[in-house]
Order: sequence, then C-alpha cells, then structure tokens
Amino acid sequence: MTKGPRDKRMSIDEVVATLEDGITLGIGGWGPRRKPMALVRAILRSDLKELTLVSWGGADVGLLVRAGKVKKLVYAFVSLDSVPLEPNFQRGRQEGTIPEVVELDEGMFQTGLLAASQRLPFLPMRAGLGSDVLVNNPWLKTVTSPYDDGQELVAVPALELDVALVHLNRADRHGNATYLGPDPYFDDLFCMAAERAYVSCEQIVDTAGLTVDAPVQRLLIHRMMVDGVVETPNGAHFTTCTPDYERDERFQRAYVAAASGSDDEWAAFEERFLSGDETSYQAAVTQFAEESR
Amino acid sequence: MTPTRADVCAAAIADAFADDGELFASPMGLLPMLGVRLCRLTQNPDLVISDGESLFLASPPPLFAKGDVVEGWIPFRRVFDVVAYGKRHVMMGATQIDRHGNQNISAIGDFARPKRQLLGSRGAPGNTVNNRTSYWVPNHSPRTFVEKVDVVSGVGPQRAKAAGRAASRYHDIHRIVTNLAVLDVRGPGDTLRLLSAHPGVTLDQVREASGCDLHVDGDGAIPQSRLPTAEELVLINEMLDPKGLRFKEVPE
Repeated sequence: MTKGPRDKRMSIDEVVATLEDGITLGIGGWGPRRKPMALVRAILRSDLKELTLVSWGGADVGLLVRAGKVKKLVYAFVSLDSVPLEPNFQRGRQEGTIPEVVELDEGMFQTGLLAASQRLPFLPMRAGLGSDVLVNNPWLKTVTSPYDDGQELVAVPALELDVALVHLNRADRHGNATYLGPDPYFDDLFCMAAERAYVSCEQIVDTAGLTVDAPVQRLLIHRMMVDGVVETPNGAHFTTCTPDYERDERFQRAYVAAASGSDDEWAAFEERFLSGDETSYQAAVTQFAEESR
Repeated sequence: MTPTRADVCAAAIADAFADDGELFASPMGLLPMLGVRLCRLTQNPDLVISDGESLFLASPPPLFAKGDVVEGWIPFRRVFDVVAYGKRHVMMGATQIDRHGNQNISAIGDFARPKRQLLGSRGAPGNTVNNRTSYWVPNHSPRTFVEKVDVVSGVGPQRAKAAGRAASRYHDIHRIVTNLAVLDVRGPGDTLRLLSAHPGVTLDQVREASGCDLHVDGDGAIPQSRLPTAEELVLINEMLDPKGLRFKEVPE
C-alpha cells in the first residue's frame, strides 16, 4: 500500500488545547478581513492567559483584549474599516488594561514577519525613521549600512511567533490551502514566522479539488508550513471571507454598539453570542440575521 | 452649476496630483478619492489608480462603484513594495498636524495611556520617508492644527532631516488640503505655509481655525483657491459623484 502525506485535520478545541499561557500568537488576515475568528472565539472560551498578540488588528484584537487575554499587543492599527476605531481595543488602551503595547508602522510589520520567516534577527528598512515608533519603542535599534553610502536604517526585529492562526477559503487535509478572495494578505508569512501554524478554512476538499476552479497561484499555503487544519464553515464571521461571504456589517454594528455601551450591554452580547461553542455561536448568528430581516 | 466648497476641495486635491506623472495615487478617504479620480480624468491621465482594495483600474469609476477594466493587482503586500519603490503619492487623513508638518493618527494624549486611542500609526511612518505624502483635513480647527502633535505618525521635514539621509532622501510632504485652505510645509524652517484660502474664507478665519502659526509669503495677502472648471464640475456632478456623497464630508 502506498503512503501519502499525513492527515492534519483537527477540531477547533484540539487546536486551542495545543496553546499555552504566555505564548506569542500571530493572527492572519487584515483588520476586519479573513480573520480566523472561530479559533479566536475558542480562545475566548479557554483559560489561556497572558498572550502576546501579533496582528494587523480587527475584532480579533478587540475581543481578546476585552476578555483580558492579552499581556502584550504588537500592532500597526486596529480597525473595523466601516467603523474606523475598534471600540474594545480603544477602551483597553484608554483604561490601561493592555499591560504592554508595541505600535509599529504597518510595513515594518511585514518586514518583521519576513525576517522571522527567513530566520534572520532583523531586516533593514526606512520606515520608522524620524517617527515616534522609535521613541515609543526605545528598544528598536537602527543599523548603519556597511557599504559606502553609510545610511542609518531601522533594524526591524524578527517578529518570531510561537503559533500562527490563519483562515483560508479552502484547504486539503494535509494543510495545502487557497485564498479565493482579492488579497492573500500575509498568511503565508505568518505561518513561516511561526513555530507552529494552524489553518482554519471554510471547507476541506480533496487535494485535486484545490485547483479545480482556482489557478495554482492561489495556493498560498503549502502543507510544509502547516501543523493542523480545521474546517470552520463561516469561521471568519463577522469579518470578510470573499467570495464565500462578505463582512456581516449588521452584526458588526451590533458588536460595536455592545462594545461601546455599558458593561451590562457587553455582558448581554457575550451571553448571547460568546458563551457557548462555535455551533451555538453560528446558531445565534443565524437567529440574529433572521430577527433583523 | 455653482461650485460648492466640496468641489473646490476636490479641485485642490486634483491639483496636488497633477504633476505626479505615472505613479500610484493612494487616496485615503472620500474627498481624496474624488480628487484623485478627477485628476486622472483631466490633468494627469497617466496617474495609476486603484479600487482602494486590491485592483489597479484602467479608468476611474464613480465613487464606490466597481471599475470595468482592471489593469493590475495591488494587494497589501504589493502596496508595501510600491511604498519602498517610491512611485507612489499617498494622501492620508490626519487627526492632528503640527507647525512642523508632523501628523498624528495614533493617539491623543500620552501614548502610554491615551486620552483617546485612534487607529494606530498605520503606514504613516513608512509613507513619509519613502514616497510623496499629502494630507486631507476635512475639519480644519485649532484641534487639528496644533503646535505639537501628541504622537508623530507621519514625519515632517525637520524631523526627517534630523533622522539622517535615509529618512530625508525620499521625504516629500507635498500638500495639505483642508475644508478651508491649501497649505504646504515650505515656510521658514520647514513649517506650515498657507498657499490659498477657499472662496468665501478669509485669512483671519483660517488663522482663527488653526492652533499654530501659519506662514504667509510676501505681503501677507493670500490668493483664493481656484474654482473648479466647467469640465471638472460636470465630471464631479454627473460622473464621479452624482449622489453627492462628498457633502457628507464637506457640507454645503
């Protein structure tokens, strides 16, 4: 009998069970776009604490901050696009509940992930020079070009991750995965910058199925970068997962209203949507959609 | 057609991109998008425009409509490539701009424990040291134009020079367009300089609406910002923004 690559399928809870307190967690996607929200929701339900979060942030950051899971946040922005300011993040910053923050330029973020993915300690870049990114992060160093130009550049440190979580449209059981929307974001870099990477996806298909209706260039993630695969239909909700679905703006408005409201209003939102498992979350979302129709 | 204040702003934004040649115009926000598309249809047909998401568009569609012909792919990772490549002119917003042309979109108050957390610095630090950068301020006020920003996200010319050759070599703060006036940062010692006030706005009104000094060249009089041409007004009203979305940002 011939052998094939191993089957990496896992459940949401199995993925979260591999995580430990205090780890550095990279979350893929971009702002309110194609975020591994089903895995984020499972972290909310877990006992995990003191996480270092690395994210071009959206509600993933807001939810984890509000739940008190974040010890250190590395970000360049946190935004919901149609609602520019993320209310839970904003509240966390203003109330001082995020013990440590590292605000970077959004391009520095890519360079830091690239350095980590190439197992380099840093990569040079212009971004950051002259700005308060260097003032507010005094541990960031510059480096002088050893060549004749002698330019002083920012030595962007590698953003090394213990674990990366990303959400793609399709994957096979081995961890090969495709994005079908307009933008790959940086999910491949997150996986390569991490010791371990977990891919959630809308649907697990046969390997051959990955390229049936999508060009091979859309195979962003290769199985050698991946440790586990989870099928989580609607698992990026309420962020975009184009073309499977767009952002749930109505739900996002309800999230923003609850997060911006009183503690009781937030508690009611949590009770309704976040107190159960992913199946009950999706059921509550379906009911919410029917009610507001 | 009588030009509105929003139309004057759109024309001033278009002017900011007029001599850019063939580069990627990256407008952040509604009026910048309108001004850039207007510029592409009139003064600078070589300008490269996108849908604000991931596609380069061969011709400018109306605001928030899809373009019919795509001429390229510009996902975020390639935006970063173009930032470093340099053939880009971004027009960003600004919660604060100071006399030295530094911009803040990060936080108001002490960074460690802000009074008001904003977006975060986004790409402003990298934009300002890599490619031409302009700003759009829809609410010119003493709170937006300040003596010193609370957090330096976008780097002004003086700080860029102080940071050395790598920071200053490609640094180019081009234009600041507001709902009242047009400015740049070529005043004495790299400070804010008033170039024109929009029709119906006096120099005193601009000064009162600013929390820092604004330099004026010459005898202290400033010209009026130009009125949009008849062609521009037709393009704005009938093609690019027939629904009048621009009035949400700059009311009549």
